[in-house]
Amino acid sequence: MSTTLFDILGPKMVGPSSSHTAGACRLGYVVRSVLGRTPERAAVDLHGSFAMTGEGHGTRKAIVGGLLGFLPDDVLLRESFELARGAGLEVEFHEADLGEEAHPNSARIRVEAGGEKIEVVGCSIGGGRIRVTEIDGFPVNLRGTLPTIVVLADDVPGTVSKITGIIAQRGLNLATIRVDRTGRGERALMTIETDQEVPDDLFHDLHDRSWVHWIRNVHRLNA
Amino acid sequence: MFRSMEEWFAVADAAGEDLAAAALRREVKETGAAEADVRARIAEVLGVMRDAVAEGLALADASPSGLTGGRARRLDAEGPELLGGLFTRVLARAIATLEVNARMGLIMATPTAGAAGIVPAVLLTLQEERGWPEDRLVDALLVAGGVGAVIAERASIAGAGGGCQAETGSAAAMSSAAVTWLEGGTPEQVGHAVALTLQGMLGLICDPVAGLVEIPCVYRNATGAVHGIAAAEMALAGLDFPIPVDEVIDVMGEVGRKMDVRYRETALGGLATTPAGQKIAAAAGMERLVQLQRRGRTQGEESARIGPS
Repeated sequence: MSTTLFDILGPKMVGPSSSHTAGACRLGYVVRSVLGRTPERAAVDLHGSFAMTGEGHGTRKAIVGGLLGFLPDDVLLRESFELARGAGLEVEFHEADLGEEAHPNSARIRVEAGGEKIEVVGCSIGGGRIRVTEIDGFPVNLRGTLPTIVVLADDVPGTVSKITGIIAQRGLNLATIRVDRTGRGERALMTIETDQEVPDDLFHDLHDRSWVHWIRNVHRLNA
Repeated sequence: MFRSMEEWFAVADAAGEDLAAAALRREVKETGAAEADVRARIAEVLGVMRDAVAEGLALADASPSGLTGGRARRLDAEGPELLGGLFTRVLARAIATLEVNARMGLIMATPTAGAAGIVPAVLLTLQEERGWPEDRLVDALLVAGGVGAVIAERASIAGAGGGCQAETGSAAAMSSAAVTWLEGGTPEQVGHAVALTLQGMLGLICDPVAGLVEIPCVYRNATGAVHGIAAAEMALAGLDFPIPVDEVIDVMGEVGRKMDVRYRETALGGLATTPAGQKIAAAAGMERLVQLQRRGRTQGEESARIGPS
């Protein structure tokens, strides 16, 4: 996918580091978005440079701020630990080795709320841009530059066309679609980027289909 | 955006447009945003840049680490103006934005936070001297953004990706292209300005002391701005660089990929691991980093001992 002008002219953000602060905040924000609400508990594994130099860059504050729903230009990021306590969010941080292939600014974030658990792996690739590489063990490639829905569905013939048909009926333009399977005939994870935000009722419509096991809406990251 | 400067020049040439118009058209085509909205957003970018510069120049307090803060103000007031007041103001403004950044203040990351001082310092200061109208400055940021996008696609704009040459180098190249374009330079001259900027910054490592975006970043923004202006000055006089700009960008990418990871923002090499640098890290409470720095240093001394004799 191409770099846009505002990947370069911006983001507007609180310092000090676009990769370690703004990107970290965006990762937290995406995780919150995938969970669908403010987590009650979060366990964050920091890899590479995130672990080593994150402290002085406010990386932890930024991830927590993102989990609370703040975007990188929100000066409240500075106080996110205090605000998390107020919001009933408990966070623990650990240092972790996510493997040789992992980008130096990577994190694995496990969150839960109301008994629901999600695990997301992502990295901050520079200039505040991010890439989510894994959701609940499935490989994805999600940058948050377009509204995205992530669907775990039965891997049977016709599933992709059913989903794209439902989306097209609503007049939404599909930008990209990626399908990953755990195994033939098992389950498939679809990452679908659309040009417009996905309306709530369409989301709920998909959510209620019997062959859809799990679905998440990841909003576009503007700031 | 464009994947190469050459592609950008060809698209602009074919449409009979200048580089700013071609970049705007491409952005509109790729994102679906309205032209007026893109321009309005760029005007907002300029506003944030101005606010950060003003905040930084007024700043008297030290940053939380004590490493920076008040330097921009001091330079602005005390600089001997060796090359005239304009030069001193460029340096002071580059430092100003980075000092705001160090305090978790609001800045515009162009193209990153660590290099955020350069584009505003160059463009806002020269605007006072050259009298560019505001809408021309908006167009110039389209040019700057296009250059940053090409570098991001072909090489890297981040210290973690390609060292400081990638980070402040991109910002300096962007500022240089913008100035060259504003002063009526041809697309070829804009290309030479980018190439001339990057050739002077090739190999520059990213070695933040204590892992903080302060030392040397604050000063590298000041000197990066100087690189950008110097390249624009030379390009506008018609000085060319014989290696095509895309090839210079590619070689910057190659040098960045081959750069040892300790010189890519990890704070495990360069100024960060000097004895003084390690002391600063310890004083800042970066225990984990200090441990790793000590281990790296021991290994380094070990390999030096068993190395070529």
